[in-house]
Amino acid sequence: MQVKAITLKVNGRTHYVALPPNVTLLRALRDLGYTDVKSGCEKGDCGACAVLLDGQAVNSCLVLAWQAEGAEIITNSGLGTMEHPHPIQEAFADTGAAQCGYCTPGMIISAKALLDRNPHPTVDEIREAIAGNLCRCTGYGQIIEAIQRASAMMGQ
Amino acid sequence: MYTAKPLPEVNLPPLRVVGKPLRRVDALGKTTGALVYAGDFSMPNMLHAKVFRSTQASARIRRLDVSRARALEGVVCVLTADDLPDAKLVTDMPGQTGQKQRKGSDAPVLAADRVRFAGEPIALVAAETLEQAERALELIEVEYEPLPGVFDPLEAMKPGAPVVYEPDNIVARWKIRKGDVEAGFAVADEIVENTFRVPFVDHAYLEPEAGVAWVDGRGVINIRVCTQVVEHFRSIARAVGVPHNKIHVQGTMLGGGFGGKEDITVEIFLALLAKHTRRPVKLVYTREESIQAHSKRHPFIITHRTGVKRNGRITAAEITMVSDAGAYPYLSPYVLLYATIASTGPYRVDNLKVDSVSVATNNPFTSAFRGFGAAQAAVAYEQQMDEIAKRLGLDRLEVRRVNYLKTGDRNTTGQVIRSAAWLEETATRVLEALGEKSEPPNEHVRIGQGFASYWQSYGRITWFHDTSRAWVGLELDGSAVIRCGVPDLGAGQVNSLCQITAEVLGVPLEEITIYSTDSALTPLAGTSTATRQLYMSGNAVYMAASNVRRVLLDRASKYFEEEPENLDLADGKVFVKSDPENALPLAELAGMCAADGLPLSNLALFRAPFTAKLDPENLRGDVFPDFTFGAHGVEVAVDTETGEVTLLKSVACHDVGRAINRAAVVGQIQGGSAQGIGYALMEEVQVKEGIIQTPSLSEYLIPTALDLPITQAFVLESGTGMGPFGAKGIGEPSLTPAAPAVANAVADALGVRIHSLPLTPEKVLAAVRGASEPESGEN
Repeated sequence: MQVKAITLKVNGRTHYVALPPNVTLLRALRDLGYTDVKSGCEKGDCGACAVLLDGQAVNSCLVLAWQAEGAEIITNSGLGTMEHPHPIQEAFADTGAAQCGYCTPGMIISAKALLDRNPHPTVDEIREAIAGNLCRCTGYGQIIEAIQRASAMMGQ
Repeated sequence: MYTAKPLPEVNLPPLRVVGKPLRRVDALGKTTGALVYAGDFSMPNMLHAKVFRSTQASARIRRLDVSRARALEGVVCVLTADDLPDAKLVTDMPGQTGQKQRKGSDAPVLAADRVRFAGEPIALVAAETLEQAERALELIEVEYEPLPGVFDPLEAMKPGAPVVYEPDNIVARWKIRKGDVEAGFAVADEIVENTFRVPFVDHAYLEPEAGVAWVDGRGVINIRVCTQVVEHFRSIARAVGVPHNKIHVQGTMLGGGFGGKEDITVEIFLALLAKHTRRPVKLVYTREESIQAHSKRHPFIITHRTGVKRNGRITAAEITMVSDAGAYPYLSPYVLLYATIASTGPYRVDNLKVDSVSVATNNPFTSAFRGFGAAQAAVAYEQQMDEIAKRLGLDRLEVRRVNYLKTGDRNTTGQVIRSAAWLEETATRVLEALGEKSEPPNEHVRIGQGFASYWQSYGRITWFHDTSRAWVGLELDGSAVIRCGVPDLGAGQVNSLCQITAEVLGVPLEEITIYSTDSALTPLAGTSTATRQLYMSGNAVYMAASNVRRVLLDRASKYFEEEPENLDLADGKVFVKSDPENALPLAELAGMCAADGLPLSNLALFRAPFTAKLDPENLRGDVFPDFTFGAHGVEVAVDTETGEVTLLKSVACHDVGRAINRAAVVGQIQGGSAQGIGYALMEEVQVKEGIIQTPSLSEYLIPTALDLPITQAFVLESGTGMGPFGAKGIGEPSLTPAAPAVANAVADALGVRIHSLPLTPEKVLAAVRGASEPESGEN
């Protein structure tokens, strides 16, 4: 297959990679070492691989790497670190919203996209925003609480 | 309206760290994406593996040709059964606690001449790239000769049915004979009989199975893998043909397990390929392969025939259970044992006859799933209790209340219930919180409420002679280290051990580091299954930390010239209880101990109660360390035009003995409830002639954030459990009552009962129309 050299801008870093057209953004990101982007189904059912693509939350398994060329890509690890966590990451940690943690990076990306466009969402708006992110551990209660808490923290 | 029954007085010692909803030690690594999971590791020079699997449920392999795959560029290794003449997969658990392996519990690692289920592994490929490995699978040629299969456990028991493996399709049987059943039925005012069915269910953890293996400079095969059981290293060694000490399982934090990573998954494949290629090898299942390759929850057919007096008192019960073991035994005998013992529910039944059987079929194999048979049993016994109430015209709580087990009562096998049995306490709290029924929004919607009580063991079957080990040490700067082989499934297993250590040693939680889940470098702690880790490893850590505490207080006693019992440890200091300002930092105390050559660390071993194996023809005696009790209640809205069931309220109440981390306990309760609600309403791995019809998360649906109300969780603490500080277990119990509560609420709304889960819109509509439901139980 034809390989093309493309530029991927991830968490403020620029990567030059040569990829065939059928490589998904998910696989490209993981191969670059962004393993916080989780693979759960590779067909858009689970949301574990969600990233921000020019500010929009997308399932990176449903985007081809070529399509992301030049876009601003933010993964969960681009939002904060253990030393300087993002308020959403902090809120998820404090409410028990991360049990096994595998859905968490994608869930936080969906929360970030929601709070960016709607800083004070209702519970129903939160449910809607994370409806594409499956979690098998929590029953979503502590995740919803975390997003409410993050909303309050960020509003201060 | 119901009122919460007042709780008996309990005397819980005050604690500083335990019980608090503290931020878990593993939380920030997960929320910032810093934690590395099994599928995230890569190594230099690493190969990528794929597994070639059967597309047939029952067939002879007439011809297998891997020559074209071997010849493909980039393919380094292709293994078939011919390359592994002695490789056996142990599906029992002898490697874990030393008990004898069950006869007939081996399965082939790779199928040689016949396949027994669709998805059975036939060949392994390792190639330079994942794409090459995938391409190689397409070049493997296999010719099957279809053999008659059997796909229904009832059919499989009939004479002349195809035999899945020798000698017959009976995988296990258990019986209980207690009291005089005939006499019990003779004095009954009513006899109520119902048959209930539950389906195959998938664990659907978000993290598919994954691992990396390599051979190191000592010839040790290292396997970094997500598993609930690092003790599988012994079974892996046997399959690969190396000594036990040449397999090193480095477990990772799991992206969920729920029983699905209790059996061996990728480990043997990885070890074999690493051994044959002498290169690192990575194997990650796709979602579709995960659903095809790992175990399922057992479908059961359960019939209850119950004799009752007019006041609801049970005079006799006859229960039969049939479970579908699928194509290989795995843990089916034990799942069936749990179901058998739990079969009556948390009720006193003096005249009891239980006959249970697990049957081999050419369906996907079945094994552990949160609740382990006791969850299936609860779906039946709690619907039966509602049916009894309905027949007698009694209140649903009343019919349970007159039968509830009490502390000191004997259970189904004659085991005495020693801990608190807060059944009425939990049920009344749930009912009180549910309150009055909501008003239906229109005439097409009916509102129903239902609840379920339950009991569930925590800790393993006591004839397994279960043990756990933990090492706790204080560092010279006053920080602490725990080494304990516990795998963390995400439920907070390692954090609980840290909080216990923080309590005992007075070291702040954030100054504790835990090393876990390593078969060689951390003391073996046993499996993260059976709701056993808080009980077992919690006690082991408590013992080890207490032994270190004794050394510290003895040394501090000399320094303060005070008796050790007048001293305490908290907030990183040792201090005089009567004069807390008179304190010394733990770092200084540790230095004094080191200077005196005192041991600042301790390795402790905790043993569960040991019992002898019971007679399968009549189970009598102790089988479990103890039980957790509780209740779940829900309110549903059933749309009689669409058949859709919407959860309006969900309330759970459990006596957890003692909460170690309150937020984690609530998380277990809410998460377990979600799985139970999914079980009731939407989850079913549909299998047709052995072929899974729900191959991915597009077809196999689990609850989303739009499907569930937040479960209101009441956490009660009797302090009577066998775990540290009186804790019981809550991991599995949290799921068990949710599904029958939903089923009872739907029956309440409709006025008729649907006898098989899940309660899909199709079945609900059929019930509304009064037509016979699909696959209905005889009644």
